[in-house]
Amino acid sequence: MTDVEQTWAEQIREAAASKTPLRIRGGGSKDFYGQPLAGTVLDARAHRGVISHEPTELVVKVRAGTPLAELEAALLAEGQMLGFEPPHFGPDATVGGCVAAGLSGPRRATAGAVRDFMLGVTLLDGRGNRLHFGGEVMKNVAGYDVARLMTGSLGTLGVLLDVSIKVLPLPVAEATLRFEMDALEAVAQMNRWGGQPLPVSATSWMAGVLTVRLSGAEAAVTAACARLGGDRLSEQAARAHWQGLREQSQGFFGGEAPLWRLSVPSVAEATGLAGSQLIEWGGAQRWVRTEQDAASVRARAAVLGGHATLFRGADKSVGAFHPLPPALRSIHQRLKHSFDPDGILNPGRLYDGL
Amino acid sequence: MTAATASLPENALREVDYSQVDVARLIGELRAVLPPVALLHDSEDMRPYECDGLSIYRQVPLAVVLPGTEAEVAAVLKICHSVGVPVVARGAGTGLSGGALPHAHGVLLSLARMNKILNIDPLARTAVVQPGVRNLRISEEVAPHGLYYAPDPSSQIACSIGGNVAENAGGVHCLKYGLTVHNVLRIRGVTIDGEVVEIGNHGLDAPGYDLLALMHGSEGMLAVVTEITVKLTPKPQFAQCVLAAFDDVIKAGEAVAAVIAAGIIPAGLEMMDQPATAAVESFVHAGYPLDAAAILLCESDGTPEEVAEEIQRMCAVLESHGATEVRISRDEAERMRFWAGRKAAFPAAGRISADYYCMDGTIPRKRLGEMLTAIQGMEKTYSLRCINVFHAGDGNMHPLILFDANVPGELERAEEFGAAILDLSVDLGGTITGEHGVGIEKINQMCRQFNVAERQTFFRVKAAFDPKGLLNPGKAIPSMNRCAEFGRMHVQGGQVPHPEIERF
Ligand SMILES: Cc1cc2nc3c(=O)[nH]c(=O)nc-3n(C[C@H](O)[C@H](O)[C@H](O)COP(=O)(O)OP(=O)(O)OC[C@H]3O[C@@H](n4cnc5c(N)ncnc54)[C@H](O)[C@@H]3O)c2cc1C
Repeated sequence: MTDVEQTWAEQIREAAASKTPLRIRGGGSKDFYGQPLAGTVLDARAHRGVISHEPTELVVKVRAGTPLAELEAALLAEGQMLGFEPPHFGPDATVGGCVAAGLSGPRRATAGAVRDFMLGVTLLDGRGNRLHFGGEVMKNVAGYDVARLMTGSLGTLGVLLDVSIKVLPLPVAEATLRFEMDALEAVAQMNRWGGQPLPVSATSWMAGVLTVRLSGAEAAVTAACARLGGDRLSEQAARAHWQGLREQSQGFFGGEAPLWRLSVPSVAEATGLAGSQLIEWGGAQRWVRTEQDAASVRARAAVLGGHATLFRGADKSVGAFHPLPPALRSIHQRLKHSFDPDGILNPGRLYDGL
Repeated sequence: MTAATASLPENALREVDYSQVDVARLIGELRAVLPPVALLHDSEDMRPYECDGLSIYRQVPLAVVLPGTEAEVAAVLKICHSVGVPVVARGAGTGLSGGALPHAHGVLLSLARMNKILNIDPLARTAVVQPGVRNLRISEEVAPHGLYYAPDPSSQIACSIGGNVAENAGGVHCLKYGLTVHNVLRIRGVTIDGEVVEIGNHGLDAPGYDLLALMHGSEGMLAVVTEITVKLTPKPQFAQCVLAAFDDVIKAGEAVAAVIAAGIIPAGLEMMDQPATAAVESFVHAGYPLDAAAILLCESDGTPEEVAEEIQRMCAVLESHGATEVRISRDEAERMRFWAGRKAAFPAAGRISADYYCMDGTIPRKRLGEMLTAIQGMEKTYSLRCINVFHAGDGNMHPLILFDANVPGELERAEEFGAAILDLSVDLGGTITGEHGVGIEKINQMCRQFNVAERQTFFRVKAAFDPKGLLNPGKAIPSMNRCAEFGRMHVQGGQVPHPEIERF
């Protein structure tokens, strides 16, 4: 163990002994996400730096406190990227926070989510044990996949020390096309195109405009542009569009109205909720700004076959995340207990009682 | 018990003895919930279920059940839970690590009768299937929609999708299209207490912990999978394959790394060494160059324009990295011929040797050369031959150790040879299993790959789903006791590894 790891392990053991919660924090860029924060801050930024990056292995191993921007710059220098295009939500975002929050950006529907790229993890559990799961190889079925389990667990199962992530080469060519159509037609179109061998890498719909990004070999992108038609955005406008979505700096995300994220089957019909909406991920992610009560938003998401997260909102007393059915809830509680028997790691950040 | 082990389930400490099971009560209760065809307990009837693809381990269970519905699965599990009997799930039995090996005092639960495709949604690109559906059948059924199910294990004509989930199966095209875990959206399963759980959903994520990831590769230890929603992929318009020959295996390994370094993700990137090409050539006549020390198969798929561009880039890299010959498939028939050899590697091994033992370690690509050289040395040490075919693109090796079980001592030598390869895989920064699972076969090597705290975590994860430890006991995760025994056998220079760890 390094000095930092040693210090943290002791801090965890003391916290466990006295049952005082720890609040694991990277850059704080996602403090808004999930349920209210509690506990003494454990500042994860003390443990930073890329441990190894071998471009030919398509793998990077990096300490969790490393700024996400620093990691992305290192990858870019080698012509590579994080395939899941994670949102930073601020200049201080860390890799650990990115993995723990489990949020993915515009490329998610075609390239995969954070969890799809997770290969390995080293963590400190709630007993202060240093544990390593997975590795730096693409395929590994030795033991349960604890590395992927960490994605989206919001620090409730352990303090991430380092992670190994699969990376992708940057696409050779990209183009962004625009089409005018209503939401219903846009969802149908996203799904139709999704079923064809087209190099679609992102889609969005808002206020009557469908935007599609193509990424891949030069020839493939050129052929797809010719086939799909639409208006091609300039490189700069295209970058601004996808960046605005990824970082939620786009106008839609401003203002005070609660922001709901509905994750539904890509073919789901209109949410029918009051308020404005923005569609991503080939129809599978629907953002809604609505004052409607949580119960009715969640009921509607469930009817559509998905779930609803109160992504940004002043009042999280309704629960940030969709309630779990009883059988799954007990599995969650037992899992939490097995990693963190004294319930000291980010308690309540994901669900009350976890 | 010390404080550290106080919260561990009993099965984490030592393997539990189930020999006192009340067999009469068990059979009586099972008979009440299953139709007669779905319950076998005569040892002759149960013979076909005594082993999976790793046939050196055989065991007849107490009973075999073949439920036809999820409700029957739940009823069976409830009974086993209340009687306290181990349950081993079985798909098609093609597993190569003994994962579906029956428990002597347990019930073998076959999902073979649950083999319906329940729904295909071409617009959403999903199919809902029962666990006993064969992998290839999904692609066949959805082909009219221009879609297919991407993960393609070589066993795809036989293996079940439930078994694929349980092993997180991979295939030749996984480098580009992902493993089973990347292509499944939702699972329904039944936990040992008979409770039905839905994990994941038809959207792209689900609230809470990623239990869907946890279920993949869990080897039937957490829940019995009863329904699966798979993601379907549009069929590429066109595919072409490059066959490159090398006069040296190390050079071939370097060329693999160079292709990836050039920013190319081939649809498939496979390697075979000379003994492997020789074995398949006499069998399928794929037209492989027999004088080459190794060949690479490198595939590109996509639109015709895209493929042309990529093939050109691939060839440039292969040639500049010492390929002595580069052939591009001229038509679909030739492409299929290139692949026919690779896909026939296992049966070809079966033709040139009475028995073979397939290993599955994964190592960083850059260590391929070292591993191949070491294996050559081991062939001499253990006086056995080994042929190498592997998923080079992701560093997943399948050395096939050739032996004859009828020659006294050969099986033992083959197992030692295999163990040496697995140990080296761990030492080279890799893993003992890339896609075949730990099962019973690699259980001792788990003691090397994971320390005691990590193995305890695995038992706790299992207990979160299966507190009594009745699902597939004795597989995948070794008990503390077993590792202590294994450690004793591997005492090095009079020193017990990790003397600080308590032994049971
Ligand atoms: C010639 C040959 C080639 C192969 N090639 C490949 C390859 O390229 N890639 C690859 O990944 N594998 C390969 N395999 C291994 C094997 O085919 C896979 O592991 C496959 O996924 C096993 O599926 P199955 O239905 O036969 O499962 P089984 O062997 O019946 O069972 C495997 C494991 O899954 C569990 N299980 C099965 N069904 C369920 C269920 N419904 N719920 C819970 N647990 C369940 C069992 O308990 C057991 O632990 C190959 C095997 C052979 C014989």
